[in-house]
Amino acid sequence: MAEAAGVPAESPAGCRARAARTVLDQVVLPGEELLLPEQEDGEGPGGAGERPLRLNAAARSRGRVVCGPGLRRCGDRLLVTKCGRLRHKEPGSCSGGGVYWVDSQQKRYVPVKGDHVIGIVTAKSGDIFKVDVGGSEPASLSYLAFEGATKRNRPNVQVGDLIYGQFVVANKDMEPEMVCIDSCGRANGMGVIGQDGLLFKVTLGLIRKLLAPDCEILQEVGKLYPLEIVFGMNGRIWVKAKTIQQTLILANILEACEHMTTDQRKQIFSRLAES
Amino acid sequence: MKETPLSNCERRFLLRAIEEKKRLDGRQTYDYRNIKISFGTDYGCCIVELGKTRVLGQVSCELVSPKLNRATEGILFFNLELSQMAAPAFEPGRQSDLLVKLNRLLERCLRNSKCIDTESLCVVAGEKVWQIRVDLHLLNHDGNIIDAASIAAIVALCHFRRPDVSVQGDEVTLYTLEERDPVPLSIHHMPICVSFAFFQQGTYLLVDPSEREERVMDGLLVIAMNKHREICTIQSSGGIMLLKDQVLRCSKIAGVKVVEITELIQKALENDHKVRKEGGKFGFAESMANQRITAFKMEKAPIDTSDVEEKAEEIISEAEPPSEVVSQPVLWTPGTAQIGEGIENSWGHLEDSEKEDEDEGGSDEAVILDGVKMDPGVEVSNIGSQARRALSVGFPRKGYCSGLPFPLSGNAPIVLSDSEEEEMIILEPDKNPKKIRTQTISATQVKAASKRPVKKRKKKRAAN
Repeated sequence: MAEAAGVPAESPAGCRARAARTVLDQVVLPGEELLLPEQEDGEGPGGAGERPLRLNAAARSRGRVVCGPGLRRCGDRLLVTKCGRLRHKEPGSCSGGGVYWVDSQQKRYVPVKGDHVIGIVTAKSGDIFKVDVGGSEPASLSYLAFEGATKRNRPNVQVGDLIYGQFVVANKDMEPEMVCIDSCGRANGMGVIGQDGLLFKVTLGLIRKLLAPDCEILQEVGKLYPLEIVFGMNGRIWVKAKTIQQTLILANILEACEHMTTDQRKQIFSRLAES
Repeated sequence: MKETPLSNCERRFLLRAIEEKKRLDGRQTYDYRNIKISFGTDYGCCIVELGKTRVLGQVSCELVSPKLNRATEGILFFNLELSQMAAPAFEPGRQSDLLVKLNRLLERCLRNSKCIDTESLCVVAGEKVWQIRVDLHLLNHDGNIIDAASIAAIVALCHFRRPDVSVQGDEVTLYTLEERDPVPLSIHHMPICVSFAFFQQGTYLLVDPSEREERVMDGLLVIAMNKHREICTIQSSGGIMLLKDQVLRCSKIAGVKVVEITELIQKALENDHKVRKEGGKFGFAESMANQRITAFKMEKAPIDTSDVEEKAEEIISEAEPPSEVVSQPVLWTPGTAQIGEGIENSWGHLEDSEKEDEDEGGSDEAVILDGVKMDPGVEVSNIGSQARRALSVGFPRKGYCSGLPFPLSGNAPIVLSDSEEEEMIILEPDKNPKKIRTQTISATQVKAASKRPVKKRKKKRAAN
C-alpha cells in the first residue's frame, strides 16, 4: 500500500492512522483507522492541539460527518470494516460534513432498513406473508401493508409471486419486516410485480452502479428496446421486454456489464442496435 | 440454508422460452456447455468443468485381500460427494436423496459396464489384489451433476497410474515410483452419461440442463454410452411417460454427443501426457488463466531509466570481483574431490603458503584483462559480459584452500596433497592469464585458462 502523504499519528492500538481525505478513492482494508479533517489539524506540525489561525474561518465545515457502509466510529476516528475504495460525498446544503463510505463488492445480501428489494413469497400464514429476500431469514410482510388494503379487501398475492417492497425493520436481532407502501400510504411503485418477465441475480455492486443517478448503461439499454425493469438492492433484477428473445438479451447484457469495459459495452450495444 | 424458491414468473418464463426453443444462455436444444478438463500434478487427479458445474476426481489404489467369491478380481469403489460449497442447499444432513440417486447411477454406469478390467488388478490370486478407489467431489452445482461426474470419473481413471508389481514364484515385489514407472489401468472403453430433461409432459426436451432448467423440468432421462454406441446404463426418473421413438431419438443424440466428448477426453489426456514427457509444467496452477479480469492483475508502472548507466557504473566500480572458480575437479585427498566453487576447504590447513601467496595476488589478477579492452563508458546492453570481466580487476576473493600449483591443461583431475613437507613450487605466470568463471565459459576464456597454471590460495571468508 502506498504510504499516505498525511501526517501519521499513533493510536493506542499502535497502528498508524491516515487522514481520510488523502485516501479518497484508494483501496482501504479492514482495521485501518482514518482521521477526519478536524482531527488532522489538531495533530499537525503545529502540534500539541493548537489550531492554526485561518484567515477565512467560514471555509471549514464543522458539521457532523456521516459514517456510511463499511465504516464505523471508533473513538473519534473512523474504523474501516470492509475492504474496498473509500468514497466521500460533499454535503449539498451546508449542514453536516458530508458522507464517507467504502465501496465494496459482495453477492450475499444483508437486510438494511430503507432498502428497496425484490422478494419471493414463500408462505402465506394468516395475516402475514413470508418473503424470501436472500438474507439469512425470510422477511415478514403484513397483508395490510399494501395500498388500498383493508381487512375485507385483501391483496391478491400467491405463493411464488414477486414483491417489490422496502424494509421498515432490519437489524441483526430481529426478523426483518417489509412493507409495500411508503410513509404517505401510497404504493409508489411497490407491490406485486407482474406475471411475465425474467428474474435474475447479480452482485450488489453492479446494482448500485446501475442505480447511480447518471448511469450510462441504463440509458443505452433504454434506447435499445422498450422495457420494464425493477432493481432490488438484494441483487435481484426483474426485466420484461416485448418478446422472450429481447428479454433474454437484456438479461445477458446486464449480467455481462459487470466484467466489461466501457468500449466493449458500447460495441455490443451498437451491434445490437443494428440488428 | 434453504434453497432459494423458484418464483412463478421465472417458471413461466422458462417454460415459455423452451416452447420457443430458447435457452437462458443462448444454447441450442442439443448443445452441451463448454467442457474443460484440467489435470493435477498427481496421476489420477482431474477437474472437469461443464459450464459452471465443477467436479474434482481423484483415484487412489491400495493392496488388499480380494472378496471371497471373487478371488481373482480387483475391487472398485466409487464415491461421489456433494460438497457444501457447491450450493447453499447442500448441507451435511440434507442431501440424502439426491446423493443416493447420483451414486447409484454412477456405480451402474462404471461398474456394471465393466469398463475397467478387474482381472488385471489381481496380484496374487486369493491373497492380494488392487483396490481402486474413485472419489468425486462436486465443487459447484450449476446443473447436470451426473454428466460432469461421469466424465470426471472416467478421465481420472484413464489418467491414473498404479505402482508396478512383479511376481516371481512366491515373491511379490512392489516397486516404488522411483524404481519403476507406474503402470496405467487397463480400461476397455469409456462410458459417458448424457442427460435429457423433459418439459411439458415429454413434449420438449433439452440436452445438458442447467440448474434453473432442472428446477422446472418434468423428468430426466440419463443414457450412459460409449463411443462404440453400446448403451451401458439407461435411467428415467420423474415419472414421465416416454414414447419408444423418443427414447430411440435420445439414444441417437447421445451417440453423437458421446463421440465428441470422448474425442475431447483423448485430446486432453494426450496433451497432458506430452507435457509431462517433455518436462514442461503441469498441474492445476498452470491451467489457470492469467490475463482474465477476474484474475489477479498487476498494472504496469512506468520506471525511470534515465540514470541507469551512472548507477551501473557506480555499482561496478564499488563491487568486489567474484571469487575464482575452477571447472576441473580438484582432488584434495584420495577419495575426495571438488569441482567448481565451494565453501571454505576444511581438509588441509596450509598456513605457511598463505602468506607467501597473498603478495602475489595483486599482480596475478591485474594481468587478467590484458586481452580484454574495457570501455570506460559501459553500454547498458553489454553490461552483463563486460561487467563480469571488469569485476575481475582488483583483489579477487578466493574461496578454497590449496597450497599447491595445479595445471589446468587437459581434463585430468588435479591432485593435491595436504602434506606440509612438500615444497611449494611456484610456476611462472604466463602471458595470457586464465581466470575462469564457471557460469560463462566462453571460448576465449577457456583457451586462456589452459595455459596458465596458478596457485590456489586460501583466504578466510571471515576476513571478507
